[in-house]
Amino acid sequence: MTKVLLGSEIEDILRSNFKNQIEAAGEDYVQISNDKSLDLFNYLKIDQKYDLLSSVTSVDRISHFEVVYHLTSLQKNESLVIKIKCGEGRIDPKVKSVVSVWRGAELQEREIYDLMGIMFEDHPNMKRLLLWENFEGHPLRKDFVS
Amino acid sequence: MGPVRESFIFEFLYCHLSLEASCSSVRVLNIAFIPENLSWISFILTAFFWIFVFINAALVGVLALIWGERRLIGKFQARLGPNRWGPLGLFTPVADAIKVMFKEDIEPTLSDKLIYVLAPILMVVPVFMIFPVIPYGAKTFLTNISVGVVFVLAITSINSLSVLMAGWASGNRFAIIGGIRAVAMLLSYEIPMGISAAGVVIVAGSLSLSEVVNNQVIPNAIFQPLGFITFLVASTAELNRSPFDITEAESELVAGYMTDYSSMKFGLFYLGEFMATIASSAIIVTFYFSGWRGPTFIPSEIWFLAKWIGVIAIFIWFRATFPRLRIDQIMSLAWKGLFELSLINILVLALMIAIWPDPSGMQLLLMTLINWVVFFLSIYIFGKILSPNLTGNKIKKRSVIYGLD
Amino acid sequence: MSTELVTMNIGPIHPSTHGVFRMRVTFDGETIIDAEPIIGYLHRGSEKLAEERTYTQVVTLTDRMDYTASMTNNQAYILSVEKLSGITPSERGVWLRMIAAELQRIAAHSVAIGFLINDLGAWHTPLLYLLREREKILELFEMMCGARITNSYLRPGGVFMDAPDEFWPSLNKFLDEMPNRLDDIENLLTDNEIILARTQNVATLKKDDAINASVTGPMLRASGVDWDLRHRNPYDYYEKISFRRPLGTVGDNNDRYLVRLHEIRESLKIVEQCLDLIEPGPVKPEEVPFLVRPPEGESYVPIEAPKGELGFYLVSDGGIAPFRCHVRAPSLINLTLLRDMVIGYKIADLFVTFGSIDVNMGEVDR
Repeated sequence: MTKVLLGSEIEDILRSNFKNQIEAAGEDYVQISNDKSLDLFNYLKIDQKYDLLSSVTSVDRISHFEVVYHLTSLQKNESLVIKIKCGEGRIDPKVKSVVSVWRGAELQEREIYDLMGIMFEDHPNMKRLLLWENFEGHPLRKDFVS
Repeated sequence: MGPVRESFIFEFLYCHLSLEASCSSVRVLNIAFIPENLSWISFILTAFFWIFVFINAALVGVLALIWGERRLIGKFQARLGPNRWGPLGLFTPVADAIKVMFKEDIEPTLSDKLIYVLAPILMVVPVFMIFPVIPYGAKTFLTNISVGVVFVLAITSINSLSVLMAGWASGNRFAIIGGIRAVAMLLSYEIPMGISAAGVVIVAGSLSLSEVVNNQVIPNAIFQPLGFITFLVASTAELNRSPFDITEAESELVAGYMTDYSSMKFGLFYLGEFMATIASSAIIVTFYFSGWRGPTFIPSEIWFLAKWIGVIAIFIWFRATFPRLRIDQIMSLAWKGLFELSLINILVLALMIAIWPDPSGMQLLLMTLINWVVFFLSIYIFGKILSPNLTGNKIKKRSVIYGLD
Repeated sequence: MSTELVTMNIGPIHPSTHGVFRMRVTFDGETIIDAEPIIGYLHRGSEKLAEERTYTQVVTLTDRMDYTASMTNNQAYILSVEKLSGITPSERGVWLRMIAAELQRIAAHSVAIGFLINDLGAWHTPLLYLLREREKILELFEMMCGARITNSYLRPGGVFMDAPDEFWPSLNKFLDEMPNRLDDIENLLTDNEIILARTQNVATLKKDDAINASVTGPMLRASGVDWDLRHRNPYDYYEKISFRRPLGTVGDNNDRYLVRLHEIRESLKIVEQCLDLIEPGPVKPEEVPFLVRPPEGESYVPIEAPKGELGFYLVSDGGIAPFRCHVRAPSLINLTLLRDMVIGYKIADLFVTFGSIDVNMGEVDR
């Protein structure tokens, strides 16, 4: 049975090196800040062996946006959830891309940019994925009117 | 007027039209009316009549093949074939032909309209010329030219020119790539075909097709199995049929060189391919299955027809069973496999005919035995040599492993 | 003599692209230099539509995502809803949906293998043999719920209808006949020289590259990684069932074909074990309301769909419709490595590789 780590357990793992990055800890997730997120993810992938990035999604929380990462460790059979808050006041949401850590985020981040409008820095191919290139707007936002 | 006057069926009609004295032995009814000094008129009339019959018979044969192939492949795939039009679906090829004729003739804007129009014509017309040369029965042939084998091989190689013309004149990339691949394959497979046919000629002692049939005491398929297999595989490649149908590989390049053709031009390509199948089967029956020969309680024409249908069924069987080879694997097979095998074949045959120029019954059996030993040995050796090289990498049978608990 | 690179568009309408999928390929002669996939031709906005439908109505949307494997799509969504709202499903409902999911896995793998061999050029013969078996499965589905392909069979708490009496003898008959048919197909295909020559050592995928690119499902197991969610993270009653997981050794096209073929056999064994353990009872608990109203929260339950790891990330704000519904689509993520796998091989290998990844455009585009 895959052990889904609680928020407090994730905090325990991260506390040693990344104490000042943890912004909040919910019941089953940990929210971190955007700067130096790549170091944290590299630490999780290499030292804590979370080598499979299950999914990258985004949620429109009306006042801000959220990017949610589900990570799985094949060897330890554990999974955890990390969130990053961005775009306070719905202005200019921007997050660092994790393509250099996990290749599997490539197409998923393009889809988030396409449908939700969150920009990913240092992505090798930041283009729209599902909609055509001259489409205006981002359909999954709560204020999108077709 | 030379070779065609030997033909019984030609003579029959000629003598019933012309008042020539030398024909009186053949006449059954006395309806001749053309005087002797106008015998060229009766010649032309007879010639046109038999051309008409042969062309129509060929076209009807194509219709029958279309129906037969689709029903037979249906049987292989555990389904009924076409069964809507007419009893047992016999009018399906007619429906096909009507559909093809009534489609809109779309012409892409090209630079080379002449070649675009000529290519399908060049595919179909030469194949008609094979049918008069083949002996269908003991006395049933239209003409008996003395270089029949070479003539037949020459005609079957014209379709590579037509494919190249079609691919080039269409002007789009799919078609050009398809045309180039097709020409490379067709040219490579003509050489084993020609060399295997040379094996047949060595045994028969003459290039004429009637002599080839008359001198086959043991059918060449049993006498020279190596030559038979190489000729059969090379024929399948020349006809662009599975497993060598990369030129019309629907799953890769839509329709290859035929992509831009519509309506009757596409119909001509379709027709040409099926007619070439029928013609090649007739050639294989003549070369390797001793033509019309068989026990005399059934007329020889029926034997020929039965063997003909059998060879066509073998081609259809290949199509239903094998997946497709890749183009570099096909070229390896031609140049590193079939070429050497056909050379071995004629080497062994030439040596044997030099040692026993006029073989009796026992010597024939001995030669057959030697041929079969050479066949198994060379297939084994070439299989071992070719297997890693055929694909560029080593292949071996593999199975899955299971995860541990 | 200099040659030129040719850039060609293998367009959305093509007999061999399993749906509307477009690739822009650059060739040097016959060798592929670059292959860029362009998708989005089947985008229907399922995730946005799900925000305006109740939790039970979204089940019909999930059917149509991977339209060759509707039952497993439903199962992934319903498990997420049940975790979010704390519903305990009824026993018989769970057994029935496990039987349905494994039968669906057999049908989806049949389609995948059949069309892969079709792309290799065997003119529909193995495809029709496998589709004949899939017809029997679709008839079984029709008995269970009335629909063959887009079933919408599952509801929060179980399934919506019990299987009729004539279902069980038909299922037993199917389970008796299928292993013989699979042996026939294996005799024709697995050791066939031409198939071995076309698929072995082509488009090899190594273990570490696969895990790094989030590849899951039969494609990951063909590269040798023993990761099957029914075994590692069992959902429903999979811990009461024992089955083996076929793994590949090299990770080329041939391994992906063999892994799917053997998974069909394992699925047959799973269905037989479910038949032994199923008991009569209600298929859905009485207390589950028609309008499910989960408390605030979020859930993500990944399952092992025929194409890979499928999971629905549901966020609820206490209303009758999901606040956010995101599909982790295995076909889209498995496509990440298509370009790297085909560079250096020939045109003919492009379609075979694409077929062996087993992509369904309904799921890629949603």
